[in-house]
Amino acid sequence: MTGRDAPDRRERPASAIAAAAFGVSVLGAAGFAAVYAAGGQTQLEGLTLAVAFAGIAFGLSVWARRLLPTGGYVEEHEPFDSRPTDLRLAAEALTGPESPVRRRGLLTMLALALGALGGAALFPLRSLLPFDRVRPVHALRTTPWAAGVRLVRADGTPVRPADVPDGSVLTVFPEGHRDRGDVPAFAVRLDPARFTVPPSGGEVAGVVVHSLLCTHAGCPVALYLQGTARVLCPCHQSTFDLLAGARPIAGPASRALPGLPITVDADGYLVATGDFTAPPGAGFWSLK
Amino acid sequence: MITRWLLRRLARSVDDRLRTAPVVRRVLAAVFPDHWSFMLGEIALYSFVVLVLTGVFLTLFFAPSTADTVYTGAYAPLDGARTSAAYASTVRLSFDIRAGLLMRQSHHWAALLFVGAIVLHLLRIFFTGAFRRPREMNWLIGVTMLALALFNGFTGYSIPDDLLSGTGLRILYSVTQSIPLVGEWLVFLAAGGEFPTDEMVPRMFVSHVLLVPAVLAALIAIHLGILIRQKHSQFPGPGRTENNVVGSLFWPSYTVRTLALFAWVLAVTFALGGLAQINPVWIYGPFDPAQATSPAQPDWYVAWGDGALRLFPAVEFRIFGQLVPSPFLPGVVFGGLTFAGLYLWPFLDRRHGRDRLAHQLLDPPRAHPARLGFGVAVLALFAVLLAAAADDVIATILRVPVLDVLAILRVLALALPVPAGVTAYLVARALRANGGRGVGDLTRADVRSAGRLVCVGSPVGGAPTGIGTPEGTAEPVDADRVELWRDRTGLWRWRYRGASVSLTANRAYPSRAEAERAARTAYGDLSVWEVAPPGGRPGAPAAVAARAGRAAGRVGGYLALAAVAFWRARRDRRR
Repeated sequence: MTGRDAPDRRERPASAIAAAAFGVSVLGAAGFAAVYAAGGQTQLEGLTLAVAFAGIAFGLSVWARRLLPTGGYVEEHEPFDSRPTDLRLAAEALTGPESPVRRRGLLTMLALALGALGGAALFPLRSLLPFDRVRPVHALRTTPWAAGVRLVRADGTPVRPADVPDGSVLTVFPEGHRDRGDVPAFAVRLDPARFTVPPSGGEVAGVVVHSLLCTHAGCPVALYLQGTARVLCPCHQSTFDLLAGARPIAGPASRALPGLPITVDADGYLVATGDFTAPPGAGFWSLK
Repeated sequence: MITRWLLRRLARSVDDRLRTAPVVRRVLAAVFPDHWSFMLGEIALYSFVVLVLTGVFLTLFFAPSTADTVYTGAYAPLDGARTSAAYASTVRLSFDIRAGLLMRQSHHWAALLFVGAIVLHLLRIFFTGAFRRPREMNWLIGVTMLALALFNGFTGYSIPDDLLSGTGLRILYSVTQSIPLVGEWLVFLAAGGEFPTDEMVPRMFVSHVLLVPAVLAALIAIHLGILIRQKHSQFPGPGRTENNVVGSLFWPSYTVRTLALFAWVLAVTFALGGLAQINPVWIYGPFDPAQATSPAQPDWYVAWGDGALRLFPAVEFRIFGQLVPSPFLPGVVFGGLTFAGLYLWPFLDRRHGRDRLAHQLLDPPRAHPARLGFGVAVLALFAVLLAAAADDVIATILRVPVLDVLAILRVLALALPVPAGVTAYLVARALRANGGRGVGDLTRADVRSAGRLVCVGSPVGGAPTGIGTPEGTAEPVDADRVELWRDRTGLWRWRYRGASVSLTANRAYPSRAEAERAARTAYGDLSVWEVAPPGGRPGAPAAVAARAGRAAGRVGGYLALAAVAFWRARRDRRR
């Protein structure tokens, strides 16, 4: 209304500021293009782009605050109840004599057909789990660990009992199944005299092997506390006492880490004598 | 001048075909309330736009596959390493594609901002009672969008197939697997097998870039459509009723303001994306089921779930011999209760307050002590859960055993919410009782905007200083009233005159009856006075300048037409 065509004293500096801000934005954009063309550098790219947008933002903010009216307007707000006539006419139009709503029998059959179709449409969802894959319960209960399967390191080399270091744990896998999610285990050397509960998988010269996966949410229990012979899960701080059959002693886990029954084969390498003593990792409904 | 002429020609030709003028006139004149908290939802909207823009760039380079690949490129520590295609392409995006890292980091920062703005927006709606009738529908849509935003954030940071996100994914897998009866089948159908599978990354990718964004876009459209239809709610104040909206016009004030906000959001996300490192997957390394990072913290918006998993005691039990694993209660039940509570809140609140009326006026938070107290208690619990997700970091910083931190946080989670809620409840009651303005008083900002109205609108008895409000020597009025007048162009206008403010109607009306009907809708049975047009000054210089401008525009337009004609003639001659 006023002030658009005849800028008053108040708005001249404001429009100068806004114009200057837009000018800075031009510089920012040019700077971004230059940085990109010169080979790119993440910090400078971000900075120049931010300057370009901040210039526009600041200019528009000044424009909005100093050159445009703030407040002072009112708009009526009709209540949302329709007039009774409108309601009645709408209802009549919907349920009038020719309305499909009146054909009860037809509607029932149509609903039945659509329902059947909807039910049938659910079936292809089963394809999400291919039919050649193992069914969930069986897959969760079993792992490739079996009698005679060698324990290997991450690089595939087999392990002798003497290879298990004293102060740390050694992550081991079943030979040929390095990438499976449920197989990781760890071997650790403990003093058999300190066991308060015998290890569930037995021991060979003080070496015991347990599943690496936390029984709470399946994270690898990667932190070994040597002095107390405990392992700690970095995800939710479940702690397992390896001297007491890898029982959970703190945190949200409530089942012991399954043990891996082991022995030594003819070549002196560690081999499993069967699968874990219980399904490894997080629990599930049909876990026995 | 020439732009104005072009705009008018364009508008005319569109209107000839669609008759848009009445709609456009209404939309441009829509009134938005002046309060900063109404901008929070817009920040979420603009973050979504930034997410789409930067995300499209990322999809052009990201390979959603876990196929074995050898990374070769500028990042020396991984050069020649065998990783999944997803991980290799993410490292390539970060180091070998120009501006790739900027886009990746800006995308991630925008995601954090997106969820943050949604949560703050939700809190504003919650504490001011904006979810009440008639806005329950938009509350439900909003909560759905929050859930989708959390899910999409999670899939987004899981698809690079790095060590940290792989661990997070494994936790989500385990939590889903813990659902009685269906959990095992659910995870196997979702992931295509036992964790980890090759299908996970491509499936999450499709969900992240197509399914969820499409649903979000549709929900945003519905959310805004309902908002436009229902108009904004507003805080109580002088001249504000259940049947009007008081504030600034959409055009030009809010158009410029909202564009400024959009540019601010872009500026902040790109500044963060360029300067602040986030999710450096090349440091975490590729995913390996036998390794984990320590410390391991998820993004903040899922951290409350992780905190709940850490804090909740080891409770596992059997039903009919079947196992209900320990993540079920803190993961599935607590998460489910959180969202069930959010979905049901408008209806619980309605039942509690026995309030079925439609509301346009918001509650200042203290006007509803029970709601405030409950909200503060829940927030206190979630604050403890967020802290719990970082318990190992806290332990490292304070040099105390992590299990001690855990024990203290467990006590806090039980002991903090109730006193916090009760304190909030009592403070609110005290404030309400003595009518004082003080602690936790959100309407302080409201007072400020009312103060602005006094100096910019036309104050009673004061000198008119306004831009864009009818200027008039306003003699003091005894009682609030509506003034109606016919302006020089023959259109009818009206305004509200109160003791402290004067509010102008946002539109002009062709007839007196229409103007009066609008005024009566807004102000019920306030007395309507027909008055002489306020603002005696005709503003001659302005009119002259405008006329001169229009003339110049016309001349410019003719010159342009002449130039076009001349150019065409020359082209024809050349043929």
